[in-house]
Amino acid sequence: MDFIMNLPFVTIVLSLFSAVICFAMKDKKARFVSYFLLITSGIMSALVLLYNLNSETGYFVYRMGHYDAPIGNEISAGLLEPAFLLLFEVVMFLSLAGGSQHIMQDVKAEKHKYFCIMVNLTHAALAALCYTNDIFTGYVFIEICTIASCSLLMLTKRTRALVAATRYMIFSLIGSSLVLVGIILLYSITGHLLFPQLFSTIQGLWTTGEYTFPLTIALGLIVSGLAIKSGMFPFHFWMPDTYGTATPAASGILSGVISKAYIFLLLKIIFRVIGYEVFLDSKIQYVLFIFGICGMIVGSVSAIKTNNIRFMIAYSSAAQIGYIYMGLGLGTKGAIIAALFQVVAHSLTKPMLFLSASGLSDTVGGRHDFASIRSSAHNNKIAAISYSAGALSMVGIPIFAGFIPKLLFSTSAFGHGIQTYLMLIALAISTILNVLYFLRTLINIYSPAKVELERKTITFKNSVAFSVIVLIMSAVNIAVGLHSQPIISVFEKGLELFINIR
Amino acid sequence: MNLLINYEEVTSMALFAIGFTMLVFSRNIMKKILGLNIVDTGVYLFLASMGYIEGNLTPIVPSTGDVNALEYINPIPQGLVLTGIVVSVSFSALMLALTVRLYKKYRTLNLDKIYEMCRKEDELE
Amino acid sequence: MKNKFSSLLKEWYEGNLSFDDRMNSEPEKVTTIKEESEKKEIRIVKDVENAEQKLTSKGYKFFSVIFCVILAVVLIGTVNFMPLFADNNTPTTNEVYEHYVGEGRDQTGAVNTVAGMILDYRAFDTLGESFVLFTATCAVLLLLEQSKNKPIKKRETFTFSNDPIVCTVVKILTPIIIVFGIYVLFNGHLSPGGGFSGGSVLGAGFILFAMAYGEDNAAKIIKPSIIRVITICSLSFYCLAKSYSFFTGNEFNGIHSIITPGTPGNIVSGGLILPLNIAVGFVVCCTMYSFYMIFKRGRLD
Repeated sequence: MDFIMNLPFVTIVLSLFSAVICFAMKDKKARFVSYFLLITSGIMSALVLLYNLNSETGYFVYRMGHYDAPIGNEISAGLLEPAFLLLFEVVMFLSLAGGSQHIMQDVKAEKHKYFCIMVNLTHAALAALCYTNDIFTGYVFIEICTIASCSLLMLTKRTRALVAATRYMIFSLIGSSLVLVGIILLYSITGHLLFPQLFSTIQGLWTTGEYTFPLTIALGLIVSGLAIKSGMFPFHFWMPDTYGTATPAASGILSGVISKAYIFLLLKIIFRVIGYEVFLDSKIQYVLFIFGICGMIVGSVSAIKTNNIRFMIAYSSAAQIGYIYMGLGLGTKGAIIAALFQVVAHSLTKPMLFLSASGLSDTVGGRHDFASIRSSAHNNKIAAISYSAGALSMVGIPIFAGFIPKLLFSTSAFGHGIQTYLMLIALAISTILNVLYFLRTLINIYSPAKVELERKTITFKNSVAFSVIVLIMSAVNIAVGLHSQPIISVFEKGLELFINIR
Repeated sequence: MNLLINYEEVTSMALFAIGFTMLVFSRNIMKKILGLNIVDTGVYLFLASMGYIEGNLTPIVPSTGDVNALEYINPIPQGLVLTGIVVSVSFSALMLALTVRLYKKYRTLNLDKIYEMCRKEDELE
Repeated sequence: MKNKFSSLLKEWYEGNLSFDDRMNSEPEKVTTIKEESEKKEIRIVKDVENAEQKLTSKGYKFFSVIFCVILAVVLIGTVNFMPLFADNNTPTTNEVYEHYVGEGRDQTGAVNTVAGMILDYRAFDTLGESFVLFTATCAVLLLLEQSKNKPIKKRETFTFSNDPIVCTVVKILTPIIIVFGIYVLFNGHLSPGGGFSGGSVLGAGFILFAMAYGEDNAAKIIKPSIIRVITICSLSFYCLAKSYSFFTGNEFNGIHSIITPGTPGNIVSGGLILPLNIAVGFVVCCTMYSFYMIFKRGRLD
């Protein structure tokens, strides 16, 4: 069974290799390679997860080369890494398969091949970001992830997508430069690049009080760089443009997977590099907490103000990411578990919302404003059902996945003085706002059409893949909402491993 | 004052700050790309000066005989600079390609104007 | 009051309420569609003018200067507490550095410690790095590549193909540059240089050739299919070679690498470092050349 320990590295190299192979292939074969890659690596992640659940330590380190940690490079897999990679792979596969019809329409025919290449490269970068045990490898794969995800956005036919891509690139570049300068500052005061050595050196430096100021600045730069890249509150302006103009599959991947991968890397850096105690001691958490709460409110208010359904879903992403940062900022184990579950719930729900919203807007010829999509539910019942499921999940109705993190957040909030009140008030306000703007769309799409606005009906047909996938996504959402306990226990064990094993 | 001894790092950080400000605040895409390159230059200078040790040799060791590691400078920052250069080249190429496409469509390099025209298109749609 | 509120709410949920308008101006009277569109035009023009004003306003520049100064002060303040420049007792001169320099030659077979470090000890980074280049090539291709059916627009470009001085100089220089590039490529493990620098030199040689003799002539000699094949083969070789060394690097697999460092200082030494350098060099060369061709002509051929 030791062979399973090879699988993380096989996943990374296989997806890089398949990107190269796709470069030499025709469209259809390239698409087949992408699906095949996502399925096989999903199976491999599941195997790694099972292996770690059944092994004694629940954790292994794999050498990338012939030498041990401080000399060579290595990757590591505990419980959280394969679990999140599995989640990302499932979400990517579902949004690709469900959005395949739209990809055909939105991407020029001769460029379908590049879509597959970029999906493979994104997957490679995600796998490397999940498994990496070296901060500089993390930086290199962040860059691959940025270029590949930006290309997914640029592939959409409209010129509007290019403007959105420019904006996205600029914010990503700002984030990357901050991460890079943080990493080199960290290297120059510790002399290491691998997580375990960095951790022990930082613990030593923090207790002796040597280099405290540069250390704080370096950690702050890395955290803020990753926060900008994942779209934390003051830097969320690229979100509506980006998610609103890309083809639905790409919006699903961008919002559901890529920003979450940066958050996961941030979590890994917080626990495996900075260390839990130093993180709590360094007061970075309060900044995350405050910006998280602001993001929840501001994102929701912007979502109420907009008249475009896809922009509304994108602003709601900003609000949901605010939840995650609020959980990280509170800093207790319960809150971090809740934040992790919020990642799961959000990345399962958002692609579904994007897909079904585009399914609804297909009935009126691709228009996204509320006045146009009124009563579209009657023309496209499957999309309407999955949209309702997604909206209810985002609002936080029990039996849907979105309910669990809200429950966990509110139970973990107690006992922290002023933070408790802030958190509970923010949760209440943002839930009310969520209800407002999601209920609005639900009422809108189900209410009867106005007589005077008689439009010519556009004939369209849902592809079989779309219908099946959005229904599967709704079912997965409900299943996760009903059976949350196993997932939570895996997260608890994984978090313990993150904190304890070096 | 360590600043006088660390003058190379001070220069690199000043370069970083200038480039970063250009990247964030300049409204011209070309200037943003230039800012990105200045940021990266600052980072390379920082890395190169970090690996330097007074009086030591470049890390190319003789092919026979014992090697005393303390006679050579640190090779790690040089490898990091190499990676940084490659990443910066890729980003510059991508941003320039985007700029070419945007300029062909909108005939301006000013981001504010481009956003404005974009909104205009949306409203007329 | 209640009626007004409910009508507002109705308007909002139907998506006819625009918040920006309501905040800026009085509620508009019912107008005909034509007037409305005219008004929209006026507003857009106004907005563009406002944006221009914002650009030229001094407050904006002032704010960015303040930001720059604050950032610089914080970072320079950080430098003040950093390890000293050119000191031999900084945190970075630790056991890792000693191992790379002291044992690197005997373990990897590369006399150039940097090449040994990036292609053996930390090869995973370099693998990612060459894929960054590949990703960027694909991204630029998908942005700028024109379809083959379209004729290339004849722009008023200036070519040197009839210029006696430039042509003669390039004729002499190009082979020298290419030979130098190959030298740097093949001696990456023995002297300063390696895949990235050698590849850039090679690429620069080809770009010079294309510039002087015109892209049409260059495209006849360096065909796009060749560039594609070289890129794909080099990257695949890189993936496979590194997979082999990662796989054999872990004892539990039970296989030991048959690649030996060889005699340090020989041209054929350093195990996988020489072939990897060549692969990386080819990738970099193809990337640089294709960047030039795509930006200049819009396609590779």
